[in-house]
Amino acid sequence: MTTGVAIVGAAEADEIGIVPHKSALQMHAEAAANALAHANLSVNDVDALFTCGLDFMPSLLVAEYLGLRPRYSSSNSIGGSSFVAHLHEAVHAIRAGACEVALITHGETRRSNRNRGVSPRPAHDDPWFPDWQWERIYGVQSPPSAYALAATRHMHQYGTTSEQLAEIAVATRAWAALNPRALKRDPITIDDVLSSPWVVYPFHKLDCCLVTDAGGAIVVTSTARARTLGVPVVEVLGSSVAHTHYGISQMPDLTTTPAARTGAEAFRQAGLTPADIDVAEIYDSFTYTVLVTLEDLGFCAKGEGGDFVSNQRTAPGGDFPLNTSGGGLSYTHPGMFGMFLLVEAVRQLRGECGERQVPDAEVALVNGMGGYLSSAATAILARV
Amino acid sequence: MSDAFTPPLSPSPDALPFWQAANRHELRLPYCLECRAFFFYPRPRCPRCGAGPVDWRRCSGRGRVYTYCIQYQTAVPGLEQAVPFVTAIIELDEGPRLMSFLVDVAPNPDSVRCDMPVEVTFISLPDGQNLPVFRPAAGERT
Repeated sequence: MTTGVAIVGAAEADEIGIVPHKSALQMHAEAAANALAHANLSVNDVDALFTCGLDFMPSLLVAEYLGLRPRYSSSNSIGGSSFVAHLHEAVHAIRAGACEVALITHGETRRSNRNRGVSPRPAHDDPWFPDWQWERIYGVQSPPSAYALAATRHMHQYGTTSEQLAEIAVATRAWAALNPRALKRDPITIDDVLSSPWVVYPFHKLDCCLVTDAGGAIVVTSTARARTLGVPVVEVLGSSVAHTHYGISQMPDLTTTPAARTGAEAFRQAGLTPADIDVAEIYDSFTYTVLVTLEDLGFCAKGEGGDFVSNQRTAPGGDFPLNTSGGGLSYTHPGMFGMFLLVEAVRQLRGECGERQVPDAEVALVNGMGGYLSSAATAILARV
Repeated sequence: MSDAFTPPLSPSPDALPFWQAANRHELRLPYCLECRAFFFYPRPRCPRCGAGPVDWRRCSGRGRVYTYCIQYQTAVPGLEQAVPFVTAIIELDEGPRLMSFLVDVAPNPDSVRCDMPVEVTFISLPDGQNLPVFRPAAGERT
């Protein structure tokens, strides 16, 4: 089954990593131009824009900078999963005839913003907001402590170990070693992860994603239009979005994410099962994020994520290619990572990944996770 | 060690009964008269069924550690002097979960465990407001 909508272009900005000499909007513009070139389209073909991650009117800011006057736009902002959620929304908009060529862009310079005194993300500063009043006062105001709370419960309930979490960091780094654009490419061992400093128990430094500067973009259109462009066609077979909470203390079950709903729905639409996936790109804000998402998507049973990732199963040469770019843990993570999951999945399905190419990759799964395990967006893509 | 916790509180208008009760060393939560159940955090209407207005009732102050983390560094103002400390999500005997500190316990994973029984206690902050925190229940203290 299929949606009749395809991704025809996907790209990063010209430079990613530590890029103090470029603005976030430059990142959007570079990535947009690169993705449109990848699609054999021009900016004049674009009639819809999806973006978020800067300002309180993100679509207006980015559209003006790019010279767009879209007839459809959305700044849906649900954390790192947003760009996968934008793809989901673009599928609906294109199928409804509300637009024909959708551009989804992302650019953040959180790494270098620190040195410019610029707030790392759009303001969230009303002390009456529930997370300020009920969580921040107890030390939870950013992702590491929130995800740590979830990981501790999983470890208690299912016996998940720090070594199993470290397996993910090690395997992801091995993929990054094959990606020239990855920030961290030196191999690491499980001992390296376990001996890296504590950030917040149960996370060591190497359990946590990078903070970088980066941009990315994808171009989406109908499969019918896609077939006229002379580029490989990557169809969206199914997509789904869900969220369950904002603050981590409000999460219904700390060991189950909204990916349990979005995965089941995306597989249902695609008419596929986890066994059909050739390559998986799963949000890795922390090692634990990957482990719990694998369970929720049905790649293994609840509580068996630790066993699933053991013995470097997800590393290059293993039988489950996962986060083949090197992920947020080792490649790039400018604050949100969902866009880069899509870019890598599209490249894998187009066979453009060089040394890290997964042989015969035909079907890919992308899962974005946003907030404090709050929102999930799943997409299943296939080369057609 | 509890003196090291001086976070800036920001009681919202819909939560004043909680903070006023804390100053009487009571844990008082919103209670839905339709669901006949407590919920947290305070809101004008029940997040389960939408009913309102809600009642406010006193809880036992007993519960268990649903989960925890140990913070070795923090950027939250008023907590810098407290590291390392234990942040926990407490599941009250009455059902709701809330974020808190776990105090009177060594901040290491050998001393804290999920599901350990805890009870509420209160920290008096410099401005006179009391902050609910939790400590191991009587039989659990070493």
